Amino acid sequence: MAEPTTGPLGAHPAQGIRIEGLRKRYGRGDTAVDALRGVDMAVAPGEVVGLVGPSGSGKSTLLKCLGAVIEPSGGRMTLGEASIYDEGWRIPDLRALRRDKIGFVFQAPYLIPFLDVTDNVALLPMLAGRPNGESRERARELLAALDVEHRARAMPSQLSGGEQQRVAIARALVNRPPVILADEPTAPLDSERALAVMRILNRMARQYQTAVIVVTHDEKIIPTFERIYHIRDGRTHEEAGEGRGLE
Amino acid sequence: MISLAGRDILHGWGKFVFTGIGLGLLIGVTLSMAGIYRGMVDDAEVLLDNSGADLWAVQKDTLGPYAEPSNLADDLYRSLQTLPGVARAANVTYLTMQVRPLADAASVGDAAARERRAMVVGVVPGGFGEPGQPESLVAGRHLTRGHYEAVADISTGFRLGEQLRIRRHAYRVVGLTRRTVSSGGDPMIFIPLKDAQEAQFLKDNDAIVAQRRRSAANPAFNRPGQPQVLDAVLASQTQSNSVNAILVRLTPNADPNRVAADIRRWKHLSVYTRAEMNEILQAKLIATSARQIFMFLVILSVVSAAIVAFIIYTLTLGKIREIAVLKLIGTRNRTIAGMILQQAIGLGLIGFVVGKTVATLWAPVFPKYVLLLPGDAARGFLIVVIICVLASLVAIRAALRVDPAEAIGG
Ligand SMILES: Nc1ncnc2c1ncn2[C@@H]1O[C@H](COP(=O)(O)OP(=O)(O)OP(=O)(O)O)[C@@H](O)[C@H]1O
Ligand SMILES: [Mg+2]
Repeated sequence: MAEPTTGPLGAHPAQGIRIEGLRKRYGRGDTAVDALRGVDMAVAPGEVVGLVGPSGSGKSTLLKCLGAVIEPSGGRMTLGEASIYDEGWRIPDLRALRRDKIGFVFQAPYLIPFLDVTDNVALLPMLAGRPNGESRERARELLAALDVEHRARAMPSQLSGGEQQRVAIARALVNRPPVILADEPTAPLDSERALAVMRILNRMARQYQTAVIVVTHDEKIIPTFERIYHIRDGRTHEEAGEGRGLE
Repeated sequence: MISLAGRDILHGWGKFVFTGIGLGLLIGVTLSMAGIYRGMVDDAEVLLDNSGADLWAVQKDTLGPYAEPSNLADDLYRSLQTLPGVARAANVTYLTMQVRPLADAASVGDAAARERRAMVVGVVPGGFGEPGQPESLVAGRHLTRGHYEAVADISTGFRLGEQLRIRRHAYRVVGLTRRTVSSGGDPMIFIPLKDAQEAQFLKDNDAIVAQRRRSAANPAFNRPGQPQVLDAVLASQTQSNSVNAILVRLTPNADPNRVAADIRRWKHLSVYTRAEMNEILQAKLIATSARQIFMFLVILSVVSAAIVAFIIYTLTLGKIREIAVLKLIGTRNRTIAGMILQQAIGLGLIGFVVGKTVATLWAPVFPKYVLLLPGDAARGFLIVVIICVLASLVAIRAALRVDPAEAIGG
């Protein structure tokens, strides 16, 4: 087994993702479930880390806390330069936080079926109040970087699974968030496509200096991580990964 | 900003348009119902306008002649004409009956098919300006001779020069008019007063014979040595001296209420001004139909609301996943509620346009006059929008309850 590493956070003290002693308890009294019991994690800008663990270990719970859709029960979270949770939310507008600071990629792409590819990606900057033209320009740039430019006017239902997932990644990146949270992004893809998605995530992470957490069970992609967090019974253990397969 | 609602509608336009058309047909029926009510009100106004009267003198303690039967002596009008403020007083009779064109042997079936229910109006011949005469003609001339002429409403389908049978006699159509209808919506046929009196009070031959026999058997009438008494009695029985109302036209500066009061006091008649007559028609004759129509309007509105609510709710439930994603990536509740609201209103717009169009298209096909007022359309539009807004609330509530955490899943 690999040695726990110190992590790259020392180089970027105020960047990326930092989680300290994060706790989450569902319910109360006899039926309470302690899903997270003190999670520590750090992801540097430009880094892609894996988060693996058995079913019920708290992976989704951790993503939901980081994604500011459920409230932790204690601990600290820092995204980018801002402390967002410190024994209580530090940010008044969690919706704007999600929109501006976090990109989400899911197991299924969940594109908006009535918007074409470009507008699916451009939607976020539009919602943030940017002009349509500028938003679409940004979307096209990303689609080009992800090699789906030629499908820019297509509707999501006309795309292949891999293309849809690339569009979803473009959507996650479009607001240049410091953080991307990906929940089983390669589950429905064959190993060729799964590796392609991981290549893209790594390339984008480096290019935009984004900190990426990928929750996965997927044996095909686990070797690609340089660092992996194992989560068990609500606690994380850091491990060095193999960091190969992306060449 | 981008219109999420608009994009969604364009994406699934088939569903939208079909639902909109269905809703539109309902709205069309609703507008037509309102139009039928307006038509009845307007028919009543036209009925009063066409009578050319400022006052209606009728049998005491009746609401005649349109709402209740009323009988007056046909010589009373003379004494009314002498009252100050009265310019002209004219007898009139109203009788609703079946009228058919006179048929030769070849066209019996045709004549039967063209039989019409009509209101036969007996007026004093004289032409334009005479109370009771139709205001304007679309063809031919007014009644001028005392007997066996008719002016028919064009909607009867009778033609100029054609002969009509009314009771025993044949009448030649000398003029055609339009928009003259009874309060029941039947077209009018104008004939000379004397003929109308006869038609109205005339009995059939068997009845006359039977009555003659009875009178002759009565020793009070059939006195030995005085045969002229029986003759006089029989003559008075077969001839009518009654009319249904006296139409009174006032001099330009006369006060209708004062003249009406005078007539009531001196002549022991019931008298109604134009406003009172209108009130009688609206409150007594149209009121029940109006309530009926109002009930339909309420039911149709509820059904429309239910349809919009159901459709919008179903469409929204079909998008729960997308709504969760939209919320997760930071879409405001306001934006999501706005999207659903706009779709509901969009559906209402399609429905209204379709409804207004079909109501306009099918209005002339209705047997009764359908009057589509722009004001009613505007009110209808407002109600449609309000219904759509209310109907979308259920869907909006469902959408706002969606937890963005659902997008991340387990
Ligand atoms: N809303 C909730 N209320 C109560 N308990 C919950 C809730 N969500 C999750 N849990 C519990 O918290 C623990 C962690 O759940 P979580 O969904 O984070 O696991 P996971 O690692 O994502 O599992 P999987 O790999 O199966 O998706 C589980 O024991 C689960 O039963
Ligand atoms: Mg999970």
